[in-house]
Amino acid sequence: MIKNISNLGDAALYCDFGAEVNKEINRNVINYFNNLRDSNFLGITNITPSYNKLVISFDLRLTSFTKLKKQVENLELKKNNNSKNNLIKIPVCCAEEFALDIKRLQKLLKINEAKIYETFFSKNYYCYMTGFIAGMPFLGDMDKSLFAKRLETPRVKVPKNSIGITEQFCNIYTFESPGGWNIIGKTPVDIFDNKKNTEPNLINPGDTISFYPISKLEYEKKYE
Amino acid sequence: MNKNYFEVLRPGINSTFQDNGRNNFYHIGIPFSGAMDNRNFLLANTISNNEINNPVVEFAYQGPKLKYIGENISINVTGDVNFKIIRKNKNLEFSCYENIILENNDCLDILSTNRSVYGYLSIGGTFEVDYYLNSCSTNTKAKIGANSGEKLKKGQIIHLKNIKKILPKNKIEYLNSKIENIRIIKGPHFDYFSKDAIDSFFSDEFNVTKLSDRMGIRLKGPKISNIKNTNIKSEGLVKGVIQITADGDPIIMLSDHGTIGGYPKIGVVISADYDKLVQIPPGSKIKFKEINLKDAETIFKLYEMETQNLISNIK
Repeated sequence: MIKNISNLGDAALYCDFGAEVNKEINRNVINYFNNLRDSNFLGITNITPSYNKLVISFDLRLTSFTKLKKQVENLELKKNNNSKNNLIKIPVCCAEEFALDIKRLQKLLKINEAKIYETFFSKNYYCYMTGFIAGMPFLGDMDKSLFAKRLETPRVKVPKNSIGITEQFCNIYTFESPGGWNIIGKTPVDIFDNKKNTEPNLINPGDTISFYPISKLEYEKKYE
Repeated sequence: MNKNYFEVLRPGINSTFQDNGRNNFYHIGIPFSGAMDNRNFLLANTISNNEINNPVVEFAYQGPKLKYIGENISINVTGDVNFKIIRKNKNLEFSCYENIILENNDCLDILSTNRSVYGYLSIGGTFEVDYYLNSCSTNTKAKIGANSGEKLKKGQIIHLKNIKKILPKNKIEYLNSKIENIRIIKGPHFDYFSKDAIDSFFSDEFNVTKLSDRMGIRLKGPKISNIKNTNIKSEGLVKGVIQITADGDPIIMLSDHGTIGGYPKIGVVISADYDKLVQIPPGSKIKFKEINLKDAETIFKLYEMETQNLISNIK
């Protein structure tokens, strides 16, 4: 199922699962990720799943590329390792002050605001990966009618908890951060809780997400 | 009650608590962090007779100025660092890599790192800091780790505990050698770049710019032109990866790097050169040299052996 394993420097494995981005390939990646987490192979320090790759970093004092590559190639996959994936519902407030790019999107997509939101809220999204900044989930796929390019000039500061879309993906800015995705709303829920010492991430790779709209009043209530 | 503490009179430019770093959280977007120069971190704790993973204060360029209140305590500074102790209005000079006894009301002033970036302060005892996900390493981006994920701040009090009653008297002679040639292994997107681009990547010099920090080193030099695609599907990064941005400039990812990235990776710095790489200050020039995996592994073994020898000579 892994197409090719090469070395990423002298202390990481670069596992390639195929060129495309789709759920099937990504489920493979996550299945390997889960199985490797349970494997206790000596020396693994980090495993990073992404759309179609898995990067396994290791401590060069404890193991080596050749040794670990053999172990990964011979890894026996337990089936149904994806069964623990959850459905998570995320409230989104689309008030004008939060939906920073809705006007731009109406022009770009030639669809009105109501239809954009109707389409957006009607689908479930799949979490391909989390990362870049702590807890940020990369979700997909968007309905084709909502495929939009990034902003030409990225914002220096995207407000924390903003919901952004670009091309086939959507994500949630878990921290105030620079970014170029089209912002369509904001959630009162903290996706990454740095006060929690276990599982600070609300959303994990393989999870399914559905968004639902809330009013400004509900948004403020949830924040209290 | 805790009666031994430092008061931060001046925080310095980028002073944070660090330890060995945080494993196994890349998949939720939390980088490794930890002391940038691992060897100097290990030496600091060894000289203090501490557990190897004890928290230290890491500083960059200009370090903190700390007033000490409490019973006598041993401290040491590692790296290539200028510092002094002010005792009853007298300036006392000391060297790095030796235990120094701090007395009540002493002031430790870490003035600067010399033609390097990071230095470390360790104490014979423990800084009282918060842990998050098995490490105290401060990550100011995710606001996690010691000091609520923040740099040291002016006026803050750092409480100390487990102060060693028997003050160690360790000292080593260690010279921080500098490097200009960075050895790298080819990355997965090597063939995204033209032959000319690859040639100049290995033959020309690059300037280390001021836009360098714990997350990465940004370089300026010849533009590395891309013949395939300036973006890839975002995927996992590791310490030492060299990405080429859409503008054709290399960025070397360091300990606080974003866990995934969407630029092609031309190469990865070998593990043995990492501690020295992070110490190269802005304004310096560097060159890249390609080596193979086997050689990189051998060089790392030697480097690790050297580190272990330094440690066992202290013990």
